[in-house]
Amino acid sequence: MAPKSDKLILSLSDVSPAQRDRVGGKAASLARLQAAQIPVPDGLCVTTDAYRQFLASTDLQPQILMELGRKPLGEMRWEELWDAALRIENLFSRTPFPRDLKGALGEGIKARFANRPVAVRSSAVGEDSKQRSFAGLHASYINIRGVRNILTHVKRVWASLWSDAALLYRREIGLDLQTSVMAVVVQELVQGECSGIAFGRHPVDPGLAVVEAVYGLNQGLVDGTIEPDRWTLNRRSGRLVSYDAAQREQIVVPTRAGVTLRSTTAKQKKTPVLADDQVTEIHQLVQRLRRLMRTDPDLEWTYRDDTLVALQARPITTAPSTSRDERPWYLSLRRSLGNLQSLRVRIEDEAIPAMEAEADALARVDLTTTSDHELQTEITERQRVYRRWEQVYWDEFIPFAHGVRLFGEVYNRLLQPDDPYEFMGLLTAQSLRSLQRNKRLLHLAQRIKRRQIRGAALDGELDKLFQDFEHPFFGLGHQAQDRERLQQWLTRLASSMQTPPSHVTVARNQLEEAYFAAFGTDDGETARDLLDLARASYRLRDDDNIVLGRIETQLVRALEEAARRHRKLAHLELCQANTDEVIRALREPAYQPSRNPPGRKKASPSRVRARQLLGQPAGPGLATGSARVYEDTDDLFALQNGEILICDAIDPNMTFVVPLAAAIVERRGGMLIHGAIIAREYGLPCVTGITDACTLIHTGDRVTVDGFLGIVTVERR
Amino acid sequence: MIPEAELKRRLHELFAVQNLAVLATHSEGQPYASLMAFAATQDLGTLVFATPRATRKYANLLADCRAALLIENRTNTTEDFSAAMAVTAVGVVQPIDLPADSPLVALYLSKHAYLQDFVRSPSCAVVSLVVERYHVVDHFQHVTEWHLNQTS
Repeated sequence: MAPKSDKLILSLSDVSPAQRDRVGGKAASLARLQAAQIPVPDGLCVTTDAYRQFLASTDLQPQILMELGRKPLGEMRWEELWDAALRIENLFSRTPFPRDLKGALGEGIKARFANRPVAVRSSAVGEDSKQRSFAGLHASYINIRGVRNILTHVKRVWASLWSDAALLYRREIGLDLQTSVMAVVVQELVQGECSGIAFGRHPVDPGLAVVEAVYGLNQGLVDGTIEPDRWTLNRRSGRLVSYDAAQREQIVVPTRAGVTLRSTTAKQKKTPVLADDQVTEIHQLVQRLRRLMRTDPDLEWTYRDDTLVALQARPITTAPSTSRDERPWYLSLRRSLGNLQSLRVRIEDEAIPAMEAEADALARVDLTTTSDHELQTEITERQRVYRRWEQVYWDEFIPFAHGVRLFGEVYNRLLQPDDPYEFMGLLTAQSLRSLQRNKRLLHLAQRIKRRQIRGAALDGELDKLFQDFEHPFFGLGHQAQDRERLQQWLTRLASSMQTPPSHVTVARNQLEEAYFAAFGTDDGETARDLLDLARASYRLRDDDNIVLGRIETQLVRALEEAARRHRKLAHLELCQANTDEVIRALREPAYQPSRNPPGRKKASPSRVRARQLLGQPAGPGLATGSARVYEDTDDLFALQNGEILICDAIDPNMTFVVPLAAAIVERRGGMLIHGAIIAREYGLPCVTGITDACTLIHTGDRVTVDGFLGIVTVERR
Repeated sequence: MIPEAELKRRLHELFAVQNLAVLATHSEGQPYASLMAFAATQDLGTLVFATPRATRKYANLLADCRAALLIENRTNTTEDFSAAMAVTAVGVVQPIDLPADSPLVALYLSKHAYLQDFVRSPSCAVVSLVVERYHVVDHFQHVTEWHLNQTS
């Protein structure tokens, strides 16, 4: 039976408050504004009935449940939630509309908008109520044109019911895997001369209200790319308390499809976005809304031809947050292309050269001639330097590495691949520092095997290796025995090596062709910018630890000098984490540093055992072998050819052993963790996100890694 | 005695409604049971299910192709003792690993479309059980056997 389009689509002017459960918070709020004669863009609502029907007729519901049921959501790292959201969006994107539903929705949309540009916005049920209103959890799209394109974006908004941000705040918004539904608002796009947000109550001082404004569309203000002009007003009287002018360098404008950033004109640069009477008019509208909604509103507005238009209004709320709540930080990682490009310039042109220069300068200091007091000062200073750069690592490197996410989203939306990680094929096989090191090690091992090098020549090669790469890059310290250890390991690598593993050659050309073709000739520049950024982002994700590692090496070098002088430090692991212990030991002659807690856990015999563990597929392939659980450097050097590396969290300093491994299993989940990156480069099966991998699997267990399905099967030996 | 046509109708009805069956295999005489999504061919002569290759059940089937599937409609209430129906299909898996373009794979996916990614994975095997006989239990202890290869 053909669906009735009047149930699937409602005009905003026909929405009554009783229909909130079918139209969602945003549509209900807009309908209320419209009923109060406040100008809002003309629009309609694709009701939750349409969402339900789409799921019911396409088998999507069980697929979503299977995706989110891989492990308890509470045990998923944020990166795993993002991966799950990516896969769910891909499911929606690949699933075509059933013909009758497409016909019914298309008819209603065409009749209302023909080929005019629209905004497609989420309107979640429960959203925009006082308790559950968080901005940015679900998707909205601006400047969409044509029925087919609008329907594609309706599906994207539906998929955003399960976005990583929504999953993160699932408790607060009452997200329920079985019952949650999404409505969508399709509105005429109002291309205002200036736009902004107004808050009926200042977040810190309840006596104040705030108006923020930018030239053009307010997309850049909402996603944080563009700094707004800001007026702070007395909440009751509307009297101006303060005005903060922005630099006004950029503006968001509509393009043929979507939006883009442009430079502002000279006039815009020097003129405040709003005149005083406009600020007053916006504030008065906010006051009117407060009376209507019986709470302080958060209003998105725009001015078109001197008419103030309300784009949306909802009660002011912010996600509840404590100092230990890391979710706001995770959400801040979602950056725009422009923002990531600026970050890249800062990282590549400023931060990394400065870090390398600082590491070089520290390396030149002769620590052996320092007094104990000078050495203590030097260690303190190096610790300060390390911490400063570590902060930069979290504030800039990590957000930048998530440029890969932006690329993945764009790629999947355009190409709708069967494999949601197909885009990684365009990013791998780059010259990562860890791969360069591994290539050198393998080459050296081959020469040892062919008896082409030994004795002093081998020593010389090792010196060169240590010059080009830092010692920790081999999981080692600076002591002579560590160097000997690497040499022995190389010999073993040489004897166990059958065919030298090589990088996976990916059909990059084909993927690239398809990628650029999907963008079309007009957007070729954007396509190139995105790919270039994603490659830089992917590279940095593996190299960033190495750059920070160079600073750490210089700190460790000072700690080693202290240990060389004082026997009481001999048993202490000389790493950044133990710096305070070393400083105290130098400062207080009588102080005996505590021994590190014993690291190796003894497996207690248990009658309950893990047999099959479900994680995330992170590297396709199937491999069976003996498990080698990584707990410390000894385990890395003990790894035998064909064994399966089981680790809690691996970093590039440990991945030199990977060419010997048959597969990798990591406790941490997510496609950007180092285990997944290195496995992809070597074409190894990899499963990530196995909770308690290192305690459930023991060295010597026979393990099968199914990197297609994300399953690890364990057979106790 | 249920007539064959009526028995077939009942089995068709049960197999259409039920998504899951219990698979019985063994390893060196030790029985092993697994819950599986299954589908049946129109003639009820073949039952199809899918499994990752690294599983115990798959290893068991490789070692011995004899297997059984239990399909039932219990509701976990006392009414089950009078109203539930349980069907045990006994036969051999043949072949153990169907090619991706097999009509049986398509049949399986037409019933379990949400398992498409699972089934298409190179590490997954789609298995067909050629049924030799059905043991149909209803009314608590009423058992009917249907021997598919036996001519009447």
